[in-house]
Amino acid sequence: MTDTTLAQLSNLAVYSAMAVLTLAMTAYALYLARLAPARDATVEAPERELVAAGPGADTVGSDAGTPDAGTPQAPAPPRAPAREDEPVGARKAAGVGWTLTLLGTLLVVAGVALRAAEVHRWPLGNMYEFALVGSMFTLLAYVGWALRRDLRWLGLFVVGPVLLVLGAAITVWYTDASELMPSLRSVWLAIHVTVATMSVAVFTIGAALGGLYLVQQRMEGGGGPRSFMARLPEARALERLAYAAHVVAFPMWTFTVIAGAIWARQAWGSYWNWDPKEVWSFVIWVVYAAYLHARATTGWSRSNAVWIALGGFACIIVNFAVVNVYFVGQHSYSGL
Amino acid sequence: MTDAVVQPRLGAVGWVRYAWRQLTSMRTALFLLLLLAVAAVPGSTFPQRSIDAARTAQWITDHQTAGPLLDRLGFFEVYASPWFAAIYLLLFVSLIGCVVPRTRIHWHQMRTRPPRAPRRLERLAAHRETEVDGAPDEVLDRLRATLQRRRYRVHAHDDSTLSAEKGYLKESGNLVFHLALIGVLVGVAWGHLLGWKGDVILPVGQTFANTLIRYDTFSPGPWVDPTDLDPYTIRLDAMDVEFERDDTGRGQFGMPRDFRATTTFTDGDGRAQEREIAVNHPLETGHGTVFLLGNGYAPHVTVRDGDGTVVYTDATPFLPEDDNYTSVGAVKVPGTDPALGFAGFFLPTGVIDDERGPHSVFPDTVDPQLALTAFEGTLFPDGSPRSVYTLDTEEMTPLPGGDGADQLRILLRPGQTFELPGGRGSITFDGVERFAGLSIRTDPGKTLTLGSALLALGGLVLSLVVRRRRVFVRVRPADTAGRTVVSVGGLAKDDDEGMDDEIAAVLTADEGHR
Repeated sequence: MTDTTLAQLSNLAVYSAMAVLTLAMTAYALYLARLAPARDATVEAPERELVAAGPGADTVGSDAGTPDAGTPQAPAPPRAPAREDEPVGARKAAGVGWTLTLLGTLLVVAGVALRAAEVHRWPLGNMYEFALVGSMFTLLAYVGWALRRDLRWLGLFVVGPVLLVLGAAITVWYTDASELMPSLRSVWLAIHVTVATMSVAVFTIGAALGGLYLVQQRMEGGGGPRSFMARLPEARALERLAYAAHVVAFPMWTFTVIAGAIWARQAWGSYWNWDPKEVWSFVIWVVYAAYLHARATTGWSRSNAVWIALGGFACIIVNFAVVNVYFVGQHSYSGL
Repeated sequence: MTDAVVQPRLGAVGWVRYAWRQLTSMRTALFLLLLLAVAAVPGSTFPQRSIDAARTAQWITDHQTAGPLLDRLGFFEVYASPWFAAIYLLLFVSLIGCVVPRTRIHWHQMRTRPPRAPRRLERLAAHRETEVDGAPDEVLDRLRATLQRRRYRVHAHDDSTLSAEKGYLKESGNLVFHLALIGVLVGVAWGHLLGWKGDVILPVGQTFANTLIRYDTFSPGPWVDPTDLDPYTIRLDAMDVEFERDDTGRGQFGMPRDFRATTTFTDGDGRAQEREIAVNHPLETGHGTVFLLGNGYAPHVTVRDGDGTVVYTDATPFLPEDDNYTSVGAVKVPGTDPALGFAGFFLPTGVIDDERGPHSVFPDTVDPQLALTAFEGTLFPDGSPRSVYTLDTEEMTPLPGGDGADQLRILLRPGQTFELPGGRGSITFDGVERFAGLSIRTDPGKTLTLGSALLALGGLVLSLVVRRRRVFVRVRPADTAGRTVVSVGGLAKDDDEGMDDEIAAVLTADEGHR
């Protein structure tokens, strides 16, 4: 196959993935919508709404259909919806969302593989490729994690951002196949940039969980309008999951910075030059270190800590979307 | 009761102690961390003198009010500014103040036994109770074995309880992480004090001898003796550069593809060997590393005086100014009277238009041209050395053009000669060589920095992955003879979802005896 054919196939795979993921996103949204307590539920059981307003207690009410529900002493069952007591429509939508996510992930993987074959090198040489591979890792991380625990409720919040990035990648950041400039030709490209991309992928999932936690916490505290959020895991559990994601991503980011320094020394003669990209990688590291620190600090609320983590993710976005394009530095590899 | 509450006076020592407590508290450390992140940002938004001095100067000129003010505040040297240093030094003082006492406590804890089991295990975060076969001491033995298999450190303070603890590595890892960060800082400082870097522009065919005067720029650390350099030489035999000629990729046409310098490296003992230097493949000399960081063109120019005697002949490096290697430079001929000077552009693929003047449209030598203006007068007015690449025309007058223009413009292609007016001689563009921009650097702190950074990473992983857990067991004879009631409680350092499963697992190991 010629490189042009490969390029067309790669782009076709990415466009198909976007179509499939759009459907997956819709299915996941439908899943959450169908999970939301029905509006007429108030008529059916008024006391249920009363209980639902209080934090923690609403599980007893919403799980009225399960055999345990009558016993007040029974430990509160986990709020993540058990598959059995979900409305059938919701369960079907989630199944469709999951299958389509798997298909979309496969298509993105194919897009990356075809791109690699087309450019005859590690496909991490410009912004389009970073975004594409980053989307792939985000999907893979989500799929991998979802195989181990029920994360269907998270689907919308992972597939949505991924779709956004893929869209920006193929329209704004798209770069035709090209060779690398000499400083990028190194085995460190595969090490440094791959781990960086993986780390950002996991940070993305962490940020989605962190955002959900903050919303959930507000809903539990203020008893806001009833919504699908009531069927998501409780705030504490969401916070733990967010922390788990960050615990994986942060050491990877640390490694990214170290590997980048080793490479910088080889390519530019000095392991740290305070190039804008290095500055922002450092800022990201420090902000996430502050998050972990805040979480371990007694007297700091978990929600404040999560805000710091979201600040770290904002820095990641700046580091990618702003530094690559607008700042003058040695990391000018946007390809734009 | 009406008296106001009299608070004890703190006194000087008290205040110092109070300040120290505040500084070493986690909250302060957190605040300093966030401050450090914020303080680092201006270094990416403003040009930095250490990275690009010319752009910095330009920025200050362009911003008449903000420029000098920000300059005074250190915004163009953020990472060397007092306020940036203040933040990270305070952070490290805070870190040391926090970590040293913790190390002492941890050291003590590692050498002492797990604490006595609390009286009411059911009050612990995780707790289970069950009845099993066997006498209490048999059950205790079995559970002790189970806990040890699960890598707990187990101690029995009395006949009916066990205290077990594991996960000391969590705190060890955390401490190693923090201490290693100090190592990183020390390594950076060490490299700054004892490292140096120097840049050389070396045209093909010429030899560089590693002595101070041969460097174009040399920046030593404060503790470096610049006269004590290794006596080696590097001759540049060939310089191969490739540029993208395929114009399909957006923005890719003319991008560099490969730089490669073939050199002959001769060490202090006179052993010569051919060594290649390329981007990402520096040359290690033993006491320094030679990096290929740039390249450009050195047009070979010969100047003859009115009698036809050669007064200047050399490959003269011109510095590239843009991606297409529009290069500027000067040819200085002190051997004539008055001295001659030529300044202008070298264009590897030259185009001269009215709008942009002389410029290059491709970085490789497709149509090399030399566009110069000529001057005569004094080259070095006050005898001080000037940049090799610019001509100081303060005490020079331009040679007038032949057709009445006020300035003589010379355009040469390889092999062409231009006769200077008034019998001043001629200038010949013989051909063009490439030059290599070499940077020679040492950083004695880099090994410490790297080692510490990797150690910090290891410590970090341990501190995030390992769980610190305490498990307590209490047994008592059951109502049925030969049966024992086992009560197991677990306590984790911070919230630990798995503690309940852990206790369940400890008990399941004893399942066969239910």
